[in-house]
Amino acid sequence: MRAGGLSLGISTVYLSLIVLLPIAAVVAASLEGGLAAFWDEVSSPPAVAALKLTFVISLLVVLANTVTGTLTAWVLVRDDFRGKSAVNALIDLPFALPTIVAGLTLLAIYGPKSPVGVDVAYTRTAIALALLFVTLPFVVRAVQPVLMELDREMEQAAASLGASPVTTFRRIILPNLMPAVLSGAALSFGKAVGEFGSVILISGNIPFDTEVASVHIFKAIESDDQEAAAAVSVVLLLLSLFVLIGADILERRSRRHDA
Amino acid sequence: MSIAIRQVTKHFGNFVALDDVSLGIGGGSLTALLGPSGSGKSTLLRVIAGLEEPDQGDVSILGQDVTGIPPQKRGVGFVFQHYAAFKHMTVRDNVAFALKIRKRPKEEIRSRVDELLALVQLRGFADRYPAQLSGGQRQRMALARALAVEPKVLLLDEPFGALDAQVRKELRGWLRRLHEDVSVTTVFVTHDQEEAMEVADRVAVMNEGRIEQTGKPRDLYEHPANEFVMTFIGAVNRLGDSFVRPHDVEIHLTPDGDSREAIVKRVLYLGFEVRVELALRDGQELWAQVSRNDVEGLKLAPGQAIHITATREQVFA
Amino acid sequence: MRESALSRYGLRFAALGYLATIIVLPCSMILRKTFQNGVEPVLDALTDPAFVHALQLTLVAVLIAVPANTIFGVVCAMALVRGNVKRGAWFFNSAIGLPLALSPVVVGLSLILVYGNDGWLGTWLVENGIQIIFSTPGIVLATVFVTLPFVVREVVPVLREVGTDQEEASWTLGASRWQTFWRITLPAIRWGVAYGVVLTTARALGEYGAVAVVSGRLAGQTETLTIHVDEQYLRFNEVAAYTTSLVLALLAVFTLVAMNVFKPRAQEEVADVDSDSAGNEALR
Repeated sequence: MRAGGLSLGISTVYLSLIVLLPIAAVVAASLEGGLAAFWDEVSSPPAVAALKLTFVISLLVVLANTVTGTLTAWVLVRDDFRGKSAVNALIDLPFALPTIVAGLTLLAIYGPKSPVGVDVAYTRTAIALALLFVTLPFVVRAVQPVLMELDREMEQAAASLGASPVTTFRRIILPNLMPAVLSGAALSFGKAVGEFGSVILISGNIPFDTEVASVHIFKAIESDDQEAAAAVSVVLLLLSLFVLIGADILERRSRRHDA
Repeated sequence: MSIAIRQVTKHFGNFVALDDVSLGIGGGSLTALLGPSGSGKSTLLRVIAGLEEPDQGDVSILGQDVTGIPPQKRGVGFVFQHYAAFKHMTVRDNVAFALKIRKRPKEEIRSRVDELLALVQLRGFADRYPAQLSGGQRQRMALARALAVEPKVLLLDEPFGALDAQVRKELRGWLRRLHEDVSVTTVFVTHDQEEAMEVADRVAVMNEGRIEQTGKPRDLYEHPANEFVMTFIGAVNRLGDSFVRPHDVEIHLTPDGDSREAIVKRVLYLGFEVRVELALRDGQELWAQVSRNDVEGLKLAPGQAIHITATREQVFA
Repeated sequence: MRESALSRYGLRFAALGYLATIIVLPCSMILRKTFQNGVEPVLDALTDPAFVHALQLTLVAVLIAVPANTIFGVVCAMALVRGNVKRGAWFFNSAIGLPLALSPVVVGLSLILVYGNDGWLGTWLVENGIQIIFSTPGIVLATVFVTLPFVVREVVPVLREVGTDQEEASWTLGASRWQTFWRITLPAIRWGVAYGVVLTTARALGEYGAVAVVSGRLAGQTETLTIHVDEQYLRFNEVAAYTTSLVLALLAVFTLVAMNVFKPRAQEEVADVDSDSAGNEALR
């Protein structure tokens, strides 16, 4: 109750120092040459290409995730088989595994010396694969708890009223899962657009072809063009914020229907 | 006065929880704060404990002004509706908590805890965890815990609210007997008027942040100060502007003095009492509490025309 | 809901097949690739001073970031849940969520812009001979940044659910706020904290992007394990790269196990609270 004062102060200082101060510096650096310079950096052809590529691939990956993630969550909640708990634990592997290791192993299996004969290294497909790996847990983990809490009686009522399993899924279950799916999708998207470690080895980073926004920023930093890096970073930052807020709203809406 | 509450007002945002409340509670008494949800009774209890600070007014315990003094230093024992058991500690450690905080010697703690567990009939449960106890047992543990350092005042916030009806009844009687043994000034909050009437020496009826009436249970029942108290405590029939208790409705087969005509609608045999539901000529409905013998003697049946008088009617300004 | 056996198996194999393709297959390569030339090169890689140093540096970053963010996490959760932050809550939630939503390279860039030679604090740091970027402190800062949210986010819901009853009871029994925090609140949230710590550690061990930007990538000096993987790969030392990857993967598996032990208990803490009512009456 009255505990707050000191804790609040400490938290604010810590948060500001560690997170807010540096982010403010990025925003400041992006605007150092004024809005005109900002716009120049952001609209330069390589930057635009990188942002476009990032946006499109992330969107496609997220769409795929909504399907595969929901499917996986369904199987983990409704089905039962030996080793299910191991599979369930496995879902978190993309979170626990360093992104650079993920990239390396994807390269090993889907790259030049592929043991299964699939070589997509240095292509956009490779980027998609990497993003599918790192974003795998988000939709699954968002949907699982909602699916577990779902009132089975609704489905039973639908069945007693004559609905087939597919219809029941479409009209009863899916609408109730949708907020969680969207929330997971938003988080996936946020992760995908900023992803770096897993794409850097496998994509080849060819400008206008397979260079994603994060790599573009990285190269700008390496060539000491901090303003350009900051400008593109701000675009990504705004995108992330938009996604964060969206995810928050969606999550609150998903609880609206709960008693 | 063991506890003196003077003109206490408390707001939560725009909601007025307590509105200029004053109350005195005598030493060694068992007082109930009775009222519906939102009446302010729990808030008042928490103000006494120091868990809420009043916006205006003051509180004294044993003559000492405690307004502004934190709960740690008020010497109050508090029992919560949902037990507030320390889940990660055994029953023994729960009960010993206050003593350990005060750094009493181990031997003293041990014997005091044993004494308390015996008092609340939880001997043998000392090494169990709260999760292994039933609700009633947890509440008895909470009581033992609160009594450990001999508080000046014992406060209970709807102590039996979370328990089954049967357990509730048992613990009511048990609390009364405990009070007689331990005789610490006790205040408990309840919305159950039967509970208040059965357990307490004195009852303060609260409504919308104000105290409507204070007194002995019998006084409140027989001489309610206003409509709210009368309708909240005990069953009541409303006839126009006046109120009549069901057991004050007399049934006759023939007109008698200023009796009114009525028709029997239903005769309900509810275990020990018989409820006769009636309707007056003008449509107003009421019910009378009649003994079994009377019902049989009068041969009451639905549709029967009868005459009723109210042996006692009350009208409030 | 009754499903036909066909649809049940169909769904199951679709899901498992997907997981196998995306996760299992790639990760099974780590072992193969590590030992592709036998055991000796692996041992060489493990005893390489650069590797050992990278391991030490990574551990240093973890051993600073985890306690720092755990303390922050608990303090901040207390402030948010027990304090009166009605209006400021959105600010805190957004700021705390930021490290999760940011690209790691942006994190690295932000640190350079503050602590680099041309950064906001640059001149002051140079004057006082303090080197942050391209040195250990920079790596530690980057790690602290990206792992900031985990403990807070896990503790807040638990703290909320545990409620204030036990704490209030403790106060009425004479315990000070501090005593109550240590003896009552902390034990009540311990699994939430534990789970948060596991997540923080996992992220700290595995961070690459932010650290890659702020580190000078000097072997034996400013390489973390993740950077070491990259550097060795770029130098065509495949076995070394995969060996380090294997070490990291084993740590990841260990993390997964810990997560699966602590997560259900943390969730229990949220669900547990005062299912006290009628439920246990039968025991009496």
